[in-house]
Amino acid sequence: MIKIEKRNDVSPSIYFLTPILAIFLTLFGGGIIFYVLGFNPIEALKFFFITPISDLYGLSELLVKATPLCLIAIGLSFCFKSNNWNIGAEGQLIFGGIVGGGVALLFYGHDGFYVLPIIILSGAIGGMIFAMIPAVLKTYFNTNEILVSLMLVYVAKLLLDYLVVGPWSNPEGFNFPETRQFSESARMPILFDGLRIHAGIFITLITVFLSWLILYKTYLGFQIKVSGLSLKTAKYAGYKGKTMIIIVFMISGACAGLAGVGEITGPIGQLHRNISPDYGFTAIIVAFLGRLNPIGIIFASLIVALTYLGAETAQIFLQVPKYTGQVFQGMILFFLLGSDYLLFFKIKFLGLKKNEL
Amino acid sequence: MYKNFLRYIISALFLLGLSVQANADFKVGFVYVGPTGDHGWTYQHDEGRKAVEAAGIKTTYVESVPEGADAERVIRQLAQSGHDLIFTTSFGYMDPTNKVAKDFPNVKFEHATGYKREHPNVSTYSARFYEGRTLLGHMAGKMTKTNVIGYIASFPIPEVIRGINAMTLAAQKVNPDIKTKIVWVFTWYDPGKESEAAQALIDQGADIIMQHTDSTAPVQVAEKAGVWSFGQASDMQRFAPKSILTSIIDDWAPYYVERSIAARDGTWKQQDTWHGLKEGMVAMAAYNPAMGSDLVKEVEQLQKDLASGKTHSFTGPIYDQKGNILVAEGSVADDGMLAGMNVYVKGVEGDIPQ
Repeated sequence: MIKIEKRNDVSPSIYFLTPILAIFLTLFGGGIIFYVLGFNPIEALKFFFITPISDLYGLSELLVKATPLCLIAIGLSFCFKSNNWNIGAEGQLIFGGIVGGGVALLFYGHDGFYVLPIIILSGAIGGMIFAMIPAVLKTYFNTNEILVSLMLVYVAKLLLDYLVVGPWSNPEGFNFPETRQFSESARMPILFDGLRIHAGIFITLITVFLSWLILYKTYLGFQIKVSGLSLKTAKYAGYKGKTMIIIVFMISGACAGLAGVGEITGPIGQLHRNISPDYGFTAIIVAFLGRLNPIGIIFASLIVALTYLGAETAQIFLQVPKYTGQVFQGMILFFLLGSDYLLFFKIKFLGLKKNEL
Repeated sequence: MYKNFLRYIISALFLLGLSVQANADFKVGFVYVGPTGDHGWTYQHDEGRKAVEAAGIKTTYVESVPEGADAERVIRQLAQSGHDLIFTTSFGYMDPTNKVAKDFPNVKFEHATGYKREHPNVSTYSARFYEGRTLLGHMAGKMTKTNVIGYIASFPIPEVIRGINAMTLAAQKVNPDIKTKIVWVFTWYDPGKESEAAQALIDQGADIIMQHTDSTAPVQVAEKAGVWSFGQASDMQRFAPKSILTSIIDDWAPYYVERSIAARDGTWKQQDTWHGLKEGMVAMAAYNPAMGSDLVKEVEQLQKDLASGKTHSFTGPIYDQKGNILVAEGSVADDGMLAGMNVYVKGVEGDIPQ
C-alpha cells in the first residue's frame, strides 16, 4: 500500500535547486533519446547546447529569442502567483502586435524619435486591453479565465489573418498575406552591427526590475502573494480581490503586448501571419521553470531559448529531427513538475497489513 | 628549368587537391516550411533534395522553419556552417533570404516562388503550375454532370488566381456552361478547414473538387462523397483511388540537381526560372482510366501540345468577369501579365478577396 503525505518542511534552497536538477535530468533523458535514435549522445548534446552559443552571433540570437519569452513569463508570474490562470498570453502578444503594427503603418514614411515609443506604448496598451477581457469577465460574471483567455488566442489570430490578407496588406505585395515593411523610424535600434540583438532587451530588463520592485517591495505585491497562498486569508484581510485580479491581468497583458511589438519592430519588421512561434504558450513553461521569480525567469528564458536554437543546429549538423527541441521543452517541464511533487509530498511504502489480504 | 617544372607540377597537384577537396566539401542546404512528411509541398522538395544526394552531393535540411523571425537565423546558420548553395522553399523566406545573401556573397541562394533578387547571388524559381490546371480544366469540363466545379483556394495571390483562371478557361472550351465556385481557406495546410471547404462545395452542387492547398483531406472527402477530385503537389492517388482523376506533381528534382551541379562546378548564374511541363518541373500523375480512354488520349495530346508550346493556357480571346477583354483574339498572355494576374476570367463566381 502506498500513502502520500504532505511535507511541511520544504527548505527554500531546495525549492530553487530543483529546476537545476530538472535541467540535468533533461540532459540525461535527452542523451538517452539521442542514443536510441542512433546518435553519439555527447556529441549530439554538444551540438544542441554548446554549438549554438559558441560565437557572438549565436549569443545575440539567444538573447533575441529569450527576450519575448522572458517578458511574457514575467507578466504571467503576476497572474500565476495570485492564482489567476492566464493561458492566453499568445493572444495578448498578437493583439499587442496588431495594435503596435497598426500604429507603425499609420506612421509609415514618418521620421522622428517619437514614432517608436508611441508604437511600443500602443502595443503594450493593446495587450493590456486584450487581457482585461478575461479578467473583467471573471470578476463580474464568474467566467473561467482559462477558457476565455485561451479562446481569445484564436480570436486574435483570426483578426491578424484578416488584417494582413485584407485591409492592411502591402499594396505592392501581389496580395501576399503581409503588410509593408515598417519605416526605419518604427524599427528597434540594432545594438551591434551585423547582429540582430536590439533595444528590446532594455525594455525586458527594465520590466524585470520593475516587477521585482512591485512583487517584493510594494503592498500590491504582498497582496498578490497572499492571495496566491490563500484566497480566504486575503478576503479576511480585506483585500479588494476584484481590483487585484484586473491589475495582474493588465500587467500580464501589457508584458505580452510588449513582447509582440518587440518582435514586429525588431527582427520581423512587418506584420504577417506568423509573428510568434507560440511564444505565449512556451512562456508558461518559462514562468514555472523560473519559479515565478524575476531572476529565475531570466535564466529559464535563456535555457528554453537555447532549446530552440539547439534543435536547429542539431538538425543542421547531425540531421536530428527538429522536433527534439519540443521534446526537450516537454522533458524540462515534466521533470520539474515531477520533482516538485516529490518535494512537497512524501510517498510512504507501507507493507500490506494482514487483514487487507 | 627542371626545378621550375617540378614546382609547376607540385602547385598544380596542390590546386587539384584543393579543388577536389572543395568539391568534396560542397554542401547544399534546404529550408522547409513544413515537416518532410506532409505528403504535399515540403515532401516534394525533400524528394528533390534526395535526388541531389543521389547525384553524389552532400545535403542538409531544416524542416518546419516558421516564416517569422526564425527563418533568418536558420538560413544564416546554413551559410555559416559551410553550405555553398541554399534553397529556401517558401514564399515567406523572401526577405530573410535576401538579407543573408547580402552578408554571404560567396554562397548561392535560391528562393522558391518569390520575386526579389536583390543581390547577384540570389536566384528565384517557380513552376508553371497553371499548365497542369489547364489539363485539369479540360478533364473537369468533360466529366462534370452538374456543371459546377469546386475549387479550394489558399491565398488570393497571382499564382492561385492564375490556376483558377487557367482551369476555368480550359473547362469552358469543352463545356461552355461550367461555373467555378471557390472557397478561400487562407491557409496552405489545414486538413480540417480543407475538408470543410470540400464538403461545402459538394453541398453546393460541385461534382468536381480541386485544391490549391497541400493536404490530402479534400480528395478524401471527395472519395467519400463519390465525386471526382484532383491531387495537388504530389501523387495523392492512394488517398482516394476511385475519386482522383490525376494529380499535378511538383517535380523539383531535375532543377535541384542541375543547379547544385552548376554551383559546384562554378557555372551557377543568377536567374529567374519559371519551368513547366516542357522542362518537367510540372508533371502529371497517371490518368484514371475511369474517365474513358478517349478522354485520356485527348488530355495526353493536350499535355504534349502545352509542353511543345503549340497550345498556351492563356490564348485569347479572354474576358474578365465584366466582359472586358484581357487578351485579344489570336495572342497569348505574356509572362509579365501572368506574374501579376489579379482578376478572374469570365465564368468564375464571386470576387477576389481584398
